[in-house]
Amino acid sequence: MEKQLIIAGFGGQGVLLIGQLLAYAGMLDGKEVSWMPAYGPEMRGGSANCSVVISDEKVGSPKVESADVVIAMNRPSMELFEKSVAPGGMLLYNSSLIDTKPTRTDISVYAVPCNEIAETLKSQKVANMAMLGAYLGVTEQFTIDAMMDALRHKLGPGKEKFMPLNQAAIEEGIKSVK
Amino acid sequence: MRQMMKGNEAIAEAAVQAGCRYFFGYPITPQNEIPEYMSKRLPEVGGVFVQAESEVSAINMVYGAAGAGARVMTSSSSPGISLKQEGISYIVGAQLPCVIVNMVRGGPGLGSIQPAQSDYYQSTRGGGHGDYRMVVYAPASVQEAVELTQLAFDVADQYRNPVMVMGDGVIGQMMEPVEMPEYQPRALKAKDWAATGWDGKSRDRAVINSLYIEPDRCEAHNLMLKARYDEIEKNECMYETDYMDDAEYVVAAYGTTARIALTAIRQARAEGIKVGLIRPITLWPFPNKAFEDALPTAKKFLTVEMSMGQMVDDVRLAVNGARPVEFYGRTGGVIPGVSEIYREIVKLTGREG
Amino acid sequence: MAIVFEKPKMLAEKQLHYCPGCTHGILHRLVAEAIDELGVGEKTIGVAPVGCAVFAYDYFNCDMLQAAHGRAPAVATGVKRVHPNNCVFTYQGDGDLASIGAAEIVHAATRGEKITVIFVNNAIYGMTGGQMAPTTLIGQKSTTSPLGRSKEVNGNPIRMSEMLSTLDGPAYIERVSLHDVKNVMNAKKAIKKAFEYQMAGKGFTMIEALSTCPTNWGLTPVEALKWLENNMLPQYPLGVFKDIDA
Repeated sequence: MEKQLIIAGFGGQGVLLIGQLLAYAGMLDGKEVSWMPAYGPEMRGGSANCSVVISDEKVGSPKVESADVVIAMNRPSMELFEKSVAPGGMLLYNSSLIDTKPTRTDISVYAVPCNEIAETLKSQKVANMAMLGAYLGVTEQFTIDAMMDALRHKLGPGKEKFMPLNQAAIEEGIKSVK
Repeated sequence: MRQMMKGNEAIAEAAVQAGCRYFFGYPITPQNEIPEYMSKRLPEVGGVFVQAESEVSAINMVYGAAGAGARVMTSSSSPGISLKQEGISYIVGAQLPCVIVNMVRGGPGLGSIQPAQSDYYQSTRGGGHGDYRMVVYAPASVQEAVELTQLAFDVADQYRNPVMVMGDGVIGQMMEPVEMPEYQPRALKAKDWAATGWDGKSRDRAVINSLYIEPDRCEAHNLMLKARYDEIEKNECMYETDYMDDAEYVVAAYGTTARIALTAIRQARAEGIKVGLIRPITLWPFPNKAFEDALPTAKKFLTVEMSMGQMVDDVRLAVNGARPVEFYGRTGGVIPGVSEIYREIVKLTGREG
Repeated sequence: MAIVFEKPKMLAEKQLHYCPGCTHGILHRLVAEAIDELGVGEKTIGVAPVGCAVFAYDYFNCDMLQAAHGRAPAVATGVKRVHPNNCVFTYQGDGDLASIGAAEIVHAATRGEKITVIFVNNAIYGMTGGQMAPTTLIGQKSTTSPLGRSKEVNGNPIRMSEMLSTLDGPAYIERVSLHDVKNVMNAKKAIKKAFEYQMAGKGFTMIEALSTCPTNWGLTPVEALKWLENNMLPQYPLGVFKDIDA
């Protein structure tokens, strides 16, 4: 079993964090994982994206070319990566910021109003967590508890006060696709 | 415990675990996490980090610290490694151990900041002036980068020669689970040659030097180094093979490219193509034996690199005309895709892609 | 019988290769005497340059490193950071320090590296055969300024002591001369003071010693001393440019 993901958006939307958390959760689940960012000037306010592979065997290519799942947090990202979804794969997009619809018909598509969900929690910062929740809701790949473990692992001690808000955003994200 | 670490940070921590206490560097993408990590970490363990005024200075600070007997490292990326070549040549000449990390980016010139493998010639042929070699490790995962970095310090000390850890930008930037190994040092001799201050009796006066003005003495020095390189070739060569038992087609690739090739090879195997992978872990010494061992079943070889074709020269030398050796490369910071390599494998077989 | 004069312990039993009349020999002795008198010989690690003093590793009777051209301050930085309690010095000429090694000396100085730099300024490249140095005077002939150094063609000579004294890292910078006994005695005092400052951890120290090169200047040793006095002193005035304790 292997899952290959591309997560893309603009810098500051936390797309690299979504990817890292999925990789962490995969690792904590005993899988082989890799997380590879597109790095460089595009990090600074431009577009950001990362490749994540979660696998039962040693990860081959860390660069994802044909993705089982693409997560697009803004419109340029969806335009760039819609074609990277493997036939039968999945595209989750942030419908709060993307006012067009994907054109592919051979894939499953989920519109997630990430920023609106975040707005109900009074923090735009957790729009990425809402998307992460949506991904969990659709795939049921990891439990909420596993994802919260990954978040603690990532943020380290001293960040406990941020956990309830993040968890709420993940839960709302899950609900949005049920 | 496995933890997710970025390649650059994992290399830095592995160095600290291996007893590296001195780091001299200069910022350049995509290796900045190494000096950044060291600037925070080394003072915690009683070490010293200095951001030098240039790569030229950084490598000469390494020369000084290594000459003074310390475990020392520097890191950079391609243009910065070019600047270090003068110092590396002197370090070789003066028989000093150190570890140099190169997170290779696209070239020539300022090139790009994306992953590349176009410094293969520079690293494996010496790089600076004079007649010399250094061990070049090419990790293909963050875990392997950690293990090779630790090994690099011991190999450098054992042979009194610099060792390079050469990653493409991906190895530095990628995060993967790492089990930080407990450092197991080799049995190494004390550095009684180091400049530490001399009392006039307990040992000979230390002179760290690469100048041998009389040609006869300079030649003798070179012959001594050559004998050491022969030892290294005999003892330190490393490689890994996958699916090679019955391989009719052999892909040769290193670093991240080998990972991508492996995925393509798995796809081709699923299609019934008998293809295998030889992955050099040491680029110098080059694993000629792996290629000789492949000959009984191999019909054709394919070298894949993030360059215009550099390691392919060594593959051709190893195969020595016995089989055709093809090449596929992307360069300038472009990473080859699985489908491209798959297509090249199919091409080898003569089937339609 | 009382011994009134002997070779410093810090000088090795090795015949110097310097040309007759060259002041390098005097300067080697002054450095060696200063280290002997301070009793830090066993803690001293020296760095030799590229240039006429390239063989200094054979002459100073302490652990030595030979550095690439201009890089001695970087090498000394590496040594000193590993052995902060040792006495670390570089011995560099004008081409080495003021031209190819300009970046290294400036940054070692501004970092306040606790090393002592002995800077020999004889306004010429000696080892390579008399080419123009960064400190060659306007009008001075060399093999690469055969008509005399011209401002327009070759640019102006550089005053390192003045320049470095503008930085915050140096603790002591003095320019001395070796053209007569009085100045040689003063040079000795300055060198000793620089080493004292280093061992007290005060910061970067440099002594610039105006020196002769009879061979490449095309003068007799005595004429060369006169030439230094008459031509170099106006361009490179002697004195203390930085003393944090003054």
